[in-house]
Amino acid sequence: MIRVLFLAQLREQVGTAEIQIPTADLDAVKTIAALKDYLVNKNPAWEPHLANSKLLVAINHEYARTEVAIKDGDEIAFFPPVTGG
Amino acid sequence: MSFSIDVQYEDFNVGDEYTQLVAGDKNAGAVVFFVGRVREMNQARAVTGLSLEHYPGMTEKVLDDILATAKQRWDLNSARIVHRVGQLYLSDQIVFVGVSSKHREDAFEAAEFLMDFLKTRAPFWKKETTLQGDVWVGENQKDEIAAKRWQES
Repeated sequence: MIRVLFLAQLREQVGTAEIQIPTADLDAVKTIAALKDYLVNKNPAWEPHLANSKLLVAINHEYARTEVAIKDGDEIAFFPPVTGG
Repeated sequence: MSFSIDVQYEDFNVGDEYTQLVAGDKNAGAVVFFVGRVREMNQARAVTGLSLEHYPGMTEKVLDDILATAKQRWDLNSARIVHRVGQLYLSDQIVFVGVSSKHREDAFEAAEFLMDFLKTRAPFWKKETTLQGDVWVGENQKDEIAAKRWQES
């Protein structure tokens, strides 16, 4: 199973904070890019939000690029540019 | 001689933070600190409050990493980051960055570095309450430019 988190404005745009992808679907989400396609396929309305080129991605609390490989048990987070401080 | 971070709902006390930063340290000849506060006007919007969100687990990790980088790069005695989350109002304190070192150059530079990296790397998001409704704050180009000047060539 993979946990996928949506944070801040993105959470409001997609209308959910977290989804879980079953291990059976792992083959379809081997990279971040593939995961985005998978999510848009299931939720076409998310397309403009996930296509945002400014979106940041973290795997297990580390910033990651879209070509990075995903493995079972990972926690993936998508979020907008950060604005703290 | 401690390096620590906290992400918390509660306010912080600058005097207490300063006391902690230099406690028992006879070599800390210089202390620099920065406090970020909620201000009324932001990008022409009249702000009445701010709600701050973070990514529990990752935010703390990124702050620890930033602190570790500063420790490697400058000769520091102590450094401390406190960042608040939750609902804040005008003039509330948001963030504290404090650095102590033997000489002022290290403390000044490291404090600026910590703030520049915190602003562009640490997962925090601000949502402003304004007279025109709630607005997610967008990233600021000047912060990215400020962070880039610390890149080692």
